[in-house]
Amino acid sequence: MKKLVRELLPFGSLVLVIAILSLWQPDSFLTLDNFLNVLRRSSVYGIVAVGMTFIIISGGIDLSVGSLLALCGMCAAGTMIRLGGEEPTVGIMAMGTAVGLLAGAVGGMVSGALITKLKLQPFIATLGAMSLYRGIALVMYDGQPINVSSYRYLGEGALLGIPISVILFLAVIATAGAILQFTRFGRHIYAIGSNVEAAHHAGVRVDRSLIGIYTLGGLLTGLGAMIAMSRTVSAQPTAGVGAELDVIAAVVIGGASLSGGRGTVTGTIVGTLLISFLHNGCTLVGISTNAQLIVIGVVIVLAVAMDQFTRRKAGDAA
Amino acid sequence: MALCPRVESSQFALEMLGISKSFGPIKALENVTLRVQQGTVHALVGENGAGKSTLMKILAGVHQPGAGTIVRNGNTCAWKDPSDSLAAGVAMIYQELSLAPDLTIAENVWLGIEPRGPLPGTYSKSRILADTRALAERHGFDVDPNQKVENLPSSTCQIVEVLKAIARNAEILVMDEPTSSCGEHGVAVILEMVKKLSRGGTTIIYISHRLEEVVEIARDITVLRDGRAVHTGPINDLKIPDIVTLMVGRNLSDYFPKKKVEVGSTALNVSELSSQTVENISFDLRWGEIVGVAGLVGAGRTELARVLCGLDPSIHGSVAIDGRITKIAKPADAISSGVMYVTEDRKRTGLCLDLPAAWNMTLPCLTELGMKHILNLGRENEIAEETAKKLSLKWSGPGALASALSGGNQQKLLLGRAIIAQSRLWVLDEPTRGVDIAAKIDIYELIGRMVADGKAVLIISSDLPELFGITDRILVMRRGRLVADLVTSETNPEAVMQLAAVDKGRT
Repeated sequence: MKKLVRELLPFGSLVLVIAILSLWQPDSFLTLDNFLNVLRRSSVYGIVAVGMTFIIISGGIDLSVGSLLALCGMCAAGTMIRLGGEEPTVGIMAMGTAVGLLAGAVGGMVSGALITKLKLQPFIATLGAMSLYRGIALVMYDGQPINVSSYRYLGEGALLGIPISVILFLAVIATAGAILQFTRFGRHIYAIGSNVEAAHHAGVRVDRSLIGIYTLGGLLTGLGAMIAMSRTVSAQPTAGVGAELDVIAAVVIGGASLSGGRGTVTGTIVGTLLISFLHNGCTLVGISTNAQLIVIGVVIVLAVAMDQFTRRKAGDAA
Repeated sequence: MALCPRVESSQFALEMLGISKSFGPIKALENVTLRVQQGTVHALVGENGAGKSTLMKILAGVHQPGAGTIVRNGNTCAWKDPSDSLAAGVAMIYQELSLAPDLTIAENVWLGIEPRGPLPGTYSKSRILADTRALAERHGFDVDPNQKVENLPSSTCQIVEVLKAIARNAEILVMDEPTSSCGEHGVAVILEMVKKLSRGGTTIIYISHRLEEVVEIARDITVLRDGRAVHTGPINDLKIPDIVTLMVGRNLSDYFPKKKVEVGSTALNVSELSSQTVENISFDLRWGEIVGVAGLVGAGRTELARVLCGLDPSIHGSVAIDGRITKIAKPADAISSGVMYVTEDRKRTGLCLDLPAAWNMTLPCLTELGMKHILNLGRENEIAEETAKKLSLKWSGPGALASALSGGNQQKLLLGRAIIAQSRLWVLDEPTRGVDIAAKIDIYELIGRMVADGKAVLIISSDLPELFGITDRILVMRRGRLVADLVTSETNPEAVMQLAAVDKGRT
């Protein structure tokens, strides 16, 4: 029973926020357009946060996602204009997208290799990667953004009225949730995060799994980068500055533990949406973007404190 | 000069009278009395689980006694906290040392009680150096106070711990297995230190498995067995074999009769196996056989198991299973070759405590269950439930967190892995440590059933009656080497203890 309460806590907070905003601003908030808008806006960080969920459950962290977001965009956009000039064909845009995704996967794999092969702490390894990737993204085109005005599909396209980015977001959620709950790889992620020594003793190939986890995280960051790039029809070398913190916040609000072994994709989604709806709601009721930071900060601390509190209670009962 | 001793003051520096302590249904100590004379070395010996550490934790104020009193200098004491006992002059020096490796010897000795420096918030470096030097000289220790602790041998670390205790005005030192991680030279250093301390008037309670040390330095001895003090008195009329007999005493076969099992062909052949920590190990294990590995803590038993199960690399020698040379380079290789290692440290290297019990059971065996990629959660739970029945596991269900289970049931989760993986060769490292009697018997019965089923079991244990109760043969290890391969029915605990504890050339 207590466990149920604990697991529903972030979800309950989300429902509460939506309910309050619905009562407060029924005309502007409670509309399909507004909801789709929030979903579309949360899809980029949401997809990245799903990857971060895997990493945090394994007991790690990835600070490089913001930089990698920019690097993937630059790689993809660079490929498109190199091969296709101002008006790249669909084929070339697809190729650019593949390059962007690949850059993400490789970026994640590098972090994973630094952590497992050089035995660096994830915080340090990805702190280095964060600077490295940002540097590369900036150096590539002398710090200039690249315009890809015809790359609109992921950002603006829609299928049956549902934005493509939202569909991708939902697909990522479903796949990632299934991987975590229903595959041996997913089980190993929990085991590594819960007790890496015990996992190793039990025959889990810890290094291989960790490289896989960071690669997957990088790949999802690449996907997020493609959507972000398509939305602004440009690749910015300064994109995603500070994104890692928003993403980590979403995962933690969703009930994951930074010490590993705990967390779910649904929790992360709830965390992502909670932050998005708060931003959205604040804007609608006229709270400035600067003041919104205060609101978000308070919510992060409250959410994690509540989680700790209910957990301690449950621990006492056990 | 008129000395005026109080009537009740005795020659005892410390008396623990009629101490009893229970943890739930388990009686850890029953009416134990320990009297330690001022300025002597008093040895406290007993097998693992005999109650030594519980008694010392009560002395340290970590636990409170269920019954009985502690008398220090004629005053009855009730210590609620380790700081209370330290204030009364009793200091513990535990096996795991608690020094800060990056600080110097002097800084460690005065940590937390630094003499104030000229400015607020500072301490006088020159003073702690001088004080440490004086303290060391007074007790005849040769240490450089300015040296970092990081690079010191463990025997010197023990000296630092002792200085730290003395700097806090300790008059009674409790040393728990101070030589367990020392080489030959380190042992000599520590014994010398103890003798010097004792000559200087410090009272020492000395806990050790190494009986030759005990008879060398102690004046009195108290032997604990199953939570009772079975002997206490001066050591001079006792020889090592006498002490061993007092320690072992009981016979497990009383409540676990070993069943006769037809022994099959050679299951495991280990030939000249060496690693960083074990040297030139050769032995055989046959299907249907239970072979014990005896030895002191640090003799290399766990290290042998780690090499066999792919946790540590071997640098020489070979392992053959069923006559075929088998390369086991990582734990997964061991599991797929039918070898399951059950760790001695289930909390640190065995279980994922905050994950469900069922997940813990199936973790190493998912491939064997046909779940190489995709899990079948329904079937997983079914198998877990089934295995739980075979183990008489007490849990609220497969979803119960491993941390919510008792020690015995946690141990059964790990044993369940071998059942689920249908491992043929079980390597069990202290499988009944910290487990209550009922669960112990369940575990013995399980082992008995498994060998009757043609499996082979290698069991590492510090509990000699256990080894004598259930094994066919006993291997004895000492300092990384195999020193004896004995048929259980043809030997006795005293002989095994002697082989394990006594170095040739010493005593």
